[in-house]
Parts: sequence; C-alpha cells; structure tokens
Amino acid sequence: MTTFLIRRLLHSIFVVLAITLVIFVLVRLTGDPVSIMFQAGEPTKEAIAELRKNLGLDEPVYVQFLLYLKDMFTGNLGTSFRTGESVIGMMQEKMGATLLLAFGGMFVALLIAIPVGIISAVRRGSVADFFGRIFSLLGISFPNFWLGIMLIIIFAVKLRWFPASGYQGLEYLVLPSVALGLILSGILARLVRSSMLEVLNQQYINTARSKGIKEWIVVIKHGLRNALIPTVTFIGLQFGTLLGGTVIIEQVFSWPGIGRMLIDAISQRDFPVIQGSVIILSFLMIFVNLLVDISYGFIDPRIRQGGGKSE
Amino acid sequence: MTTAAVTNNQTNPPVKRRGKWNKMGRRFVRNPWAMTGMFLLLIALLSALFAPVLAPTTPDKADLRARLTAPSWMDDTGKSEHILGTDQVGRDLLSRIIYGARVSLLVGVVSVLISMVIGVILGLIAGFYGRWVDDLLMRLADVQLAFPFILFAIIVMTVFGAGLWKLILVLGISNWVGFARLVRGQVMSVKEMEYVQAAKAIGATNLRIIRKHVLPNVLSSIIVLATLNVAVNILLEASLTFIGLGVDPSIPTWGGMLADGRNYLETAWWVATFPGIAIMLTVFGINLLGDWLRDELDPNLRV
Repeated sequence: MTTFLIRRLLHSIFVVLAITLVIFVLVRLTGDPVSIMFQAGEPTKEAIAELRKNLGLDEPVYVQFLLYLKDMFTGNLGTSFRTGESVIGMMQEKMGATLLLAFGGMFVALLIAIPVGIISAVRRGSVADFFGRIFSLLGISFPNFWLGIMLIIIFAVKLRWFPASGYQGLEYLVLPSVALGLILSGILARLVRSSMLEVLNQQYINTARSKGIKEWIVVIKHGLRNALIPTVTFIGLQFGTLLGGTVIIEQVFSWPGIGRMLIDAISQRDFPVIQGSVIILSFLMIFVNLLVDISYGFIDPRIRQGGGKSE
Repeated sequence: MTTAAVTNNQTNPPVKRRGKWNKMGRRFVRNPWAMTGMFLLLIALLSALFAPVLAPTTPDKADLRARLTAPSWMDDTGKSEHILGTDQVGRDLLSRIIYGARVSLLVGVVSVLISMVIGVILGLIAGFYGRWVDDLLMRLADVQLAFPFILFAIIVMTVFGAGLWKLILVLGISNWVGFARLVRGQVMSVKEMEYVQAAKAIGATNLRIIRKHVLPNVLSSIIVLATLNVAVNILLEASLTFIGLGVDPSIPTWGGMLADGRNYLETAWWVATFPGIAIMLTVFGINLLGDWLRDELDPNLRV
C-alpha cells in the first residue's frame, strides 16, 4: 500500500508540474503582459522597463518559470492585472461556491443514477430498463448549458418556483445542480446498470439467495456494494468533467464561482487570474483522482494487497 | 469474437467479408434504434449539404422590424412568416439552424479525424518502440487526461482568439489519447504473437505488420470510438462557442444562437430553445448509431 501511495503521489506531482509548464508557456505566447497592462496611453520606454523589472519579466523564461513555481508552492499565484487583488485571495473567495455546485451536481447525479441503474439491472429487458436506456443516451446528448437555460425558462421564468441566478441561499442551488447533475446521471446510470448486471451473475449472489435472504437485501447489500467499485472510479474520473461543466453552468446561472471569475477574466484578458484559475481547477481534479485511487484500497482490499500493480 | 472474424477475413477471399457486411446491414435495418439514429443524422447531414436550398431565407438577413417575432404557429395575428420565429435582429431562426448544421458536423467530423490520425500514429510509435518512447508518450497521455479539456481549450482559445479552424485544431490535438491507447495495446499484444514473430523472421516489414495484423484488429474499436467522439466534440464546440471562445459570431452556429437567446429568456424563449433542440437531436442520433455500432463491432468496449 505504501509503495502504491508513494508512486501515485510522485505521479501526481509530475502531472502537476507538466500542467503548470503547459499553462505557463501558453500564457507567455499571448505576448508581453506589459503591453496589455499599458493598454491606455503611451508609456515611456523607462516606464516599460521599470515595470518589466518589477514583474520579473527581464529574466530569461526558464528563470521566470522557476520563480513562478517557487511562488506557487508558497501560495502566491500573482495579482490580478485589473484589480491588483491577489489571485489566491480571489480563489479562496470563489472556491466554496464552485465546490458546492460540483457536489450539488454529483448529488443529483447519484440520486437519479443509482435507483435507475439498479432497477434497469434487476428488471433487465423490462419497460423500465428500456426507459432507463433512453434516459442514459439522452443524458449524454444534452448540452448542459442548454438544459440550464431550459430549466430557467420553465422553473424560474414561467413557474417562478426557483430563482434564476446568483447565490443567496440553498434554493439557488437547485436549478444549477440539476442542470449539472442530470447529464452525468445518464452515464452513471448506465455504469451502475452494467456493473450491477455483472455482480448479480456471481455465485455469491446465488448463495445469498439460496440462504433465503430477502431479495432487496441481496440486491443492495451483496449487489450494490460490489457494483459501487467501478462507480467510484468513474465518479473520480468524471470530477474533471464536472468541474469543466461548472465553468459553463456558472456562466448560465451567474453563479459566483471560479468558473464565472475565469470567464470574466478572459473577457478582460486578465492573464494572472486566467492562469491561476486553470491551475487551481486542474490541481483540484488531480487531487480528487488521487483520493479516488487511495479510496480503492479501502473499498477493495485486493488492490491494497496488490501493491503498486494497479496501474 | 469480432476480432477472430476480422482476422479470418485476412486469409479468406472477399466473398465472406461481403457476407458479414450484408448481415450487419440487415440487422441495421431491423434495429429501430439504429434506424432512428441514422434518420436524425441524415436530417442534420442534408441540412448541412443543401442549406441554401432548404433554408427559407439567408441566415444573415436581418429584419429589424421583425425582431424577436414569435414562431408562426404561436402567433394569433397571423403576421409572422417565420416557422421558428426570429432572433434579436430579426433573422429567421429556422434558416440559421439549417446553416448551423454545417459548423457542427464539420467541427465534429474533422476534429475527430485529426485526433484519429495523431492517436494512431502515436499509438503505433509507443507500441513498436516501447521503452522510453512509450513511457514518455504514456506520461503525456496522463497529463492530457488530467487536464480538463474545457480548461485547456479556454486557455488556448483565449491565447489564439476564437475561430472555426483554430477550434477544430484544438479539439483535434487534445483528444488523441483514446485512439493511441487502443492502437498501442493492439501492437503490444500482437508483437509477441508467434505468427507475427514468424512473419518478421521471413522478412515482413513493420509497415506490413501494421497493415495486416494491427490495424484490422483495432479498426472496429476505432470506428466506434470515433463515432462517439464526434458526438462529444459537437457538444464541446457548442459549449465553447456559447461562452464566446469557439467559432466566431459571424458564422451561424447552434452554440452562438444559444448565447444570443440567453438574453431574451423572459421575452422570447424560442431563440434559446430551438437551436438546443437541434444540437440534442443531432448528438442523440450520433450516439444511437455509435451505441449500435459498439454492440455490433466491439462488445468489449461496452460500458
């Protein structure tokens, strides 16, 4: 288990460094940040040189990268071109809202996917299974932002049940979570169904049934518990999609999270903020994947004993 | 099962192969799902190809007097001539949706072709050379997978600016991992097979091994993966265009129309509703087809 953990950790650090490098290089390709900062007026040559020196832009690029890394590990992602606020501070303010939305979406997805998946698997070939299948396929065919717009038109504009935008209380969480979660529930339901089918064919399920245990206990306790392993992996892998989804959904619902901050920063070409948000969101995703890998060990002891072979 | 059939075809005369495709065709016609998928995709395809003939007007013809007109079937005064209504500058929504099919399909198909070419080449390289080349490419794949695509696209499109071909390229270069893994796996497994060793011993070149033993075996998986990726990329294109980082607004696109409609949810719900339905039906059609293809060609890929 320890070797496995260390390997996984080193691997994550490598990915983190690689992603930082990619973003760093890409942002440098946009040209000189200084010329962007002096959008208004004609700065003197001295003023430009001074600013370059202050920003550390007179150093060679690799030195700049190392300095950026050093800053990053001490919790400094630079300051916004526009407001002068520290990027980390801005993040801390918005992170909670984004995570809340992501978990809200995940909650909705699981709430729908687990029952749909179980029923489809247990009643294989039935009408319920048929609708389950259409539901899953439709789920992955919706653009989530469009679903968000439709929810706003129906439940906020026409019926006035829920507020359409912003965040001032839990009722504001409902529509964006549904928009985010419904899409994911399509894929998840399918996954729960197929892993349940696999598990329900196992010998130990027959054994449990032959012992006279109630059917729903067999399905939930013996079936679902084992079927959840692939589901947990998948949730981990989908967390990135979910975070990606929040970027767009936050925009639709004017949700005060990192995604919306990112889109605003793009329209203002506020590069430190763009760079910072993308880096933080990517880290978050890598971290979740790491957690998922570790959690396998707890759910399935075979992996823990298998050491580092799980890759 | 399928793999065995494909390998058999290598040695048998083409008669048998035709039999296989014929059977598949018959199963296709009898499958209501596959037919529905094909029907939906055909609508999109015909719209894209014959847009100038099918569309009631040109997509850019603005009519400021007819701004945000309701769909004609909703309009009691009988004045509206627009079946699906108009947008904020009075452009006919139906015409724009018909023209919009062009961008969606173009982006979906071309970007996947790019990913496929990159993926197959990198997969072959990783599989054949092994060692550090393989390590390097697979680490690269890990980084690619760990980097949420939408964020990567946002950064790249911000840096280089919105544009149709830029978007296609970004989608194309960031989606190769699936293809590369398929091909790499196949190379790794056939490389050690005795018949491949034998082929090598009698002087078969790598190119011949790739042509005869690697590609035929992964072809069906590649087709399935490509089909499903087209659907995903159409959705991504729409999302990016929606936030203003995809195709530039001068071209009619479904994502761009949704972005326009977002500002009129209270007064003109149709502007943001119909382009979304177009996206959904097209993507649903492709997914139905992809799903059927997967069941037919590659049961192992089933989720």
